[in-house]
Amino acid sequence: MLRFILMRLGKAAIILIAIMTLNFFLIHAAPGDPAAVMAGEAGAADAKFIAQLREQFGLDKPLLVQLGIYLKGVLQFDLGFSYRQQMPVSQLILDRLPATLLLTMTAFVISLLLGTMAGVLASARVGKWSDTAISSLALLFYATPLYWAALMAVLLFSVYFNWLPGFGYETVGANYTGLARALDIGRHLILPATTLGLFFMAVYMRMTRASMLEVSQLDFVKTARAKGLKSSIIQRRHIFRNAMLPVVTLAGLQAGQLVGGAVLTETVFAWPGIGRLMFEALAQRDYNLLLGVFFVSAAMVLLFNLITDILYRFVDPRIRVA
Amino acid sequence: MMDSVTEPVLQIRDLKIALPEGADRDFAVDGVSYDLNAGEILCIVGESGSGKSMSANATMGLLPELVRPVGGEIVFEGKDVLKLSDSEMIDLRGRKIAMIFQEPMSALNPLMRVEDQIAEVFEAHNLLTPRERKRRAVELLTEVGIPDPSKAARAYPFQLSGGQRQRVMIAMALALEPKILIADEPTTALDVTTQAQILELIRNLQETHGMAVMFITHDFGVVAEIADRVAVMQYGKIVESGTADEVLDNPQHPYTQKLIAAIPKLAAEPSEVPADKAPILEVEGLNKTYVTGGGMFFSNARVVHAVNEVNLTLREGETLGIVGESGSGKSSVGRCLVRLMDPDSGTVKLAGQDMATLTGSALREARKSIQMIFQDPYASLNPRSKVGQIIAEGPMAHGVSKTEAYSRAVKLLELVDLDALAIERYPHEFSGGQRQRIGIARALALEPRVIIADEAVSALDVSIQAQVLDLLADLKERLNLALIFITHDLRVAAQICDRIAVMQKGKIVEMGPAHAIFDNPQNAYTRTLIEAIPGREKELAAAG
Repeated sequence: MLRFILMRLGKAAIILIAIMTLNFFLIHAAPGDPAAVMAGEAGAADAKFIAQLREQFGLDKPLLVQLGIYLKGVLQFDLGFSYRQQMPVSQLILDRLPATLLLTMTAFVISLLLGTMAGVLASARVGKWSDTAISSLALLFYATPLYWAALMAVLLFSVYFNWLPGFGYETVGANYTGLARALDIGRHLILPATTLGLFFMAVYMRMTRASMLEVSQLDFVKTARAKGLKSSIIQRRHIFRNAMLPVVTLAGLQAGQLVGGAVLTETVFAWPGIGRLMFEALAQRDYNLLLGVFFVSAAMVLLFNLITDILYRFVDPRIRVA
Repeated sequence: MMDSVTEPVLQIRDLKIALPEGADRDFAVDGVSYDLNAGEILCIVGESGSGKSMSANATMGLLPELVRPVGGEIVFEGKDVLKLSDSEMIDLRGRKIAMIFQEPMSALNPLMRVEDQIAEVFEAHNLLTPRERKRRAVELLTEVGIPDPSKAARAYPFQLSGGQRQRVMIAMALALEPKILIADEPTTALDVTTQAQILELIRNLQETHGMAVMFITHDFGVVAEIADRVAVMQYGKIVESGTADEVLDNPQHPYTQKLIAAIPKLAAEPSEVPADKAPILEVEGLNKTYVTGGGMFFSNARVVHAVNEVNLTLREGETLGIVGESGSGKSSVGRCLVRLMDPDSGTVKLAGQDMATLTGSALREARKSIQMIFQDPYASLNPRSKVGQIIAEGPMAHGVSKTEAYSRAVKLLELVDLDALAIERYPHEFSGGQRQRIGIARALALEPRVIIADEAVSALDVSIQAQVLDLLADLKERLNLALIFITHDLRVAAQICDRIAVMQKGKIVEMGPAHAIFDNPQNAYTRTLIEAIPGREKELAAAG
C-alpha cells in the first residue's frame, strides 16, 4: 500500500512538471505581458519604460531560461513573486484558499448527498411520477449554464425576495465575531454553494439512479431475495453498496476541481477565492500568479485522483486483494 | 432410486404464467401441473424459452417483473403460495424453500465476505446471535466440502473458484434446513469435473437432509446422473413426464425423442482423413504467458503460463478438437493461431508461411486464410451493422468490390441455410442458432483454408447445436476446409473431430485419433474428464 502510494506520488510529480511546462508556454503564447499591461495602466506606454519593467521582471531573458528559473523555484516550493500585487504568489494563494475550499467543499457535500439521495429515491420509484419529477429536475440542472443559474438565483432569492445576500463572503462593516460571524458567512455561502453544486448534483442523481437499477437486476440481488431478506435490507446492503462504486469515481473527479473549478461562481458572487484571483491574474497577465494558481489546482486534481484510487481499495475488495 | 415415500410436498395445479405483451407467445407456463414428492429429485428439462424455470421462480415469488401468474395454484403446506402476503412470502423464502442459481460467479455479492452472506440467511429470519451465525457458516461450509472452511468463510467470492462458489450457494440454501431445494441449472456454468462433484454433493445432501429437490436443467446427461423423476417442457407445457428410466430409455413424445436423439453420442468414429494428407497448419513450440496485477512497478505480479510449448499439426480436410476445462489455455491457443493475440514464442506455419512473425499488410493478407467463429452469437456480431455488411466487410477490406462482396454474401447465406433477405436485417432479429450461422458465413466470406471454431456451439440448445454441427461438417466437406474445434464438451468433440488434443494448464497432455482418446485414454487427466461426462454410465449400460 505504502509502495503503491509512493509510486503514484512519484508519477504525479512528473506529470505536474509536464503540466507546468505546458502552462508556461501556453501563457507566453498569448499576446501581451505584465509589463505592457502595467505600463498601459500607468499611462506611460513608451518603449523604454516597458523594456525597463521587462528587465526588472526577468521577462527579457530567453523563454527556456525563464522556464528553468521558474521550475527551479517550484522545486524549492517557491511559486515566485507577483509584481502586480507586490506579494509572494504563495502568500496570495494561501490567503484566498480557505474561502474557496469552504465554497467548493460545501458544494461538494451538498451535491453528493442530495444527488445520491435523489438517485436512490428515483430508482425506488422508477416509472412513477416522483421518479419523473426528480429525473426532469436533474436534467434541468444538468443543462442549465452555471452563470445563468447563478444570476437567476441572485435575482430571485436576493433581489426579489431579499432572503439571502447575493454577493460577498460576509457582511462588510458588520464586524461580527464568533458564532454570529459563522452564521453570517453561512448565509452568504448558501447561494454560491448551491449554484455550484447543481451540475454535479444532477450528475450524481443520474448516475446513482442508473447504477441502482442496473445492480438491482444482478443475480446476487435475486440470491438475497431468495434468502428471505427484507427489501429495505436488500436495497441498502446489496444494491446501494454496489451501485456506489461508479459514484465514487465521479466524486473523485469533482473533488479534483475543489480549487480550480469555481472561477465563474466566485466571479458572479464576488466570492474572495482562488477563482477570482485567477480571473484577475488572467486579465492582468500576471504570469507568476496565474502559473501558481494552475499549479495548485493541477496538484489538487492529481491528489484527489490518488485519494479516489486508495478509497476504491477500501470499497471494493476485488481491487484491494487482487 | 426412490423409496416408498411419495407424499407430495409441493403441488402445482394448472399453473398459467403470462408473458408481457409482444413476447413470442402469451404464456411462459401454460396449464402446467406436477407434484414434487418428499425425498425425491425431480428434473424439469427443456430448452431455452421452454418456461422450465418459471414455475420454480413462481414458487419462490421471484418471477421477473412484468411476468405474472394468472391462473392455477401452487400448494405448499396446505396454502396457495401465489396468494401469500409479502411478509408470509419472505418468511417462506430461505426457511422453507431455498434456491440456488446457474451463475455462481454473479450469484454472490462481490463486496461481502462469504460468512456474512451465509449469516444473512439466519439474520433474515431472526435466528441465532451474530456470533452463532458465523460459527454456523463455517459448519455449513464444512458440510458442503469446501477446503479450509474457516479461511473460505473470511474470503470474498472472487477469491473462490466457480465450484467453490456454487458450494457456498448450496451452504446458504441448506442453512435453515428447507423442505424444498430448487436448483436452477446449478452446474451449467461449471467445468465437467466440477459438475460431477456438485451433482454428487446435491445427491448426498438430498439424502442426508431428506429434502425434495426441484432440479432445472437443459442437459439430459445431468438428468441421467441425478433424476428420480423427469418432466420435459416445451413451449410452456409439460409434454412428457415419468421416472427417469422411463423417460430416458423409452421416450414417448416426439419432442423428447428428438431432444434425446440430438445429444451427441460418446463414441467417436475412426477418422476418414487419410494420414498422408499434406499439413495445412503446423504449430511448434507455441508459448503465451499472461502477467496480471502489479504492472511494471510491482513484484507480486501473477504469471500464468496459458500456452506452454504447444505443438500440433492440422492436415487438409481434418477436424482437430482442442478440449479442456476453463483456464486450460485452449482459447489462448486459438487466439494465437489467428494472431488475435501475439504468442511469446513459437512458429505457426500456415501453408508453409510463419504467421507468428508476420506484420502489417503481409499479416492482413495471410489472415484471409484462417478465420474464427466465436462462442457467443450475441456478442460476436456488431448490433449496429446489417448482416450483409457484417459478411461483406471482410472481402471489401481485401479489395473486392461492393457489389461483388454483397452478391457473395447472399450466396454464403444460402450456403448456411439462411434466407437471402437476411442481408438487409440486423443481428438482433435472429435467434441464437441463426446468428451462429451468420458468424459461420462471415468466417467463410474470406474463403479461408482453416477455420478455428472457439466453443462455437456451446451457447446453443442441444437441437440447434446438432444442426450447426451438421452444417459445419457439411461445409468442411464441400469447401475442403480444415477445422480446429475448441470445446469443453467432450460429447461434441467425439461427434465432430478426427483427432483430439486434451489440454490442461496450458499443456497438451494427450493427443490422438478421437476414437482412441475415448476408447483407450492414456493420460490420467483425460480419463478423469471422460469419466465426469454426465450420463456416461447410463449410456455405457445401454450400449451393453
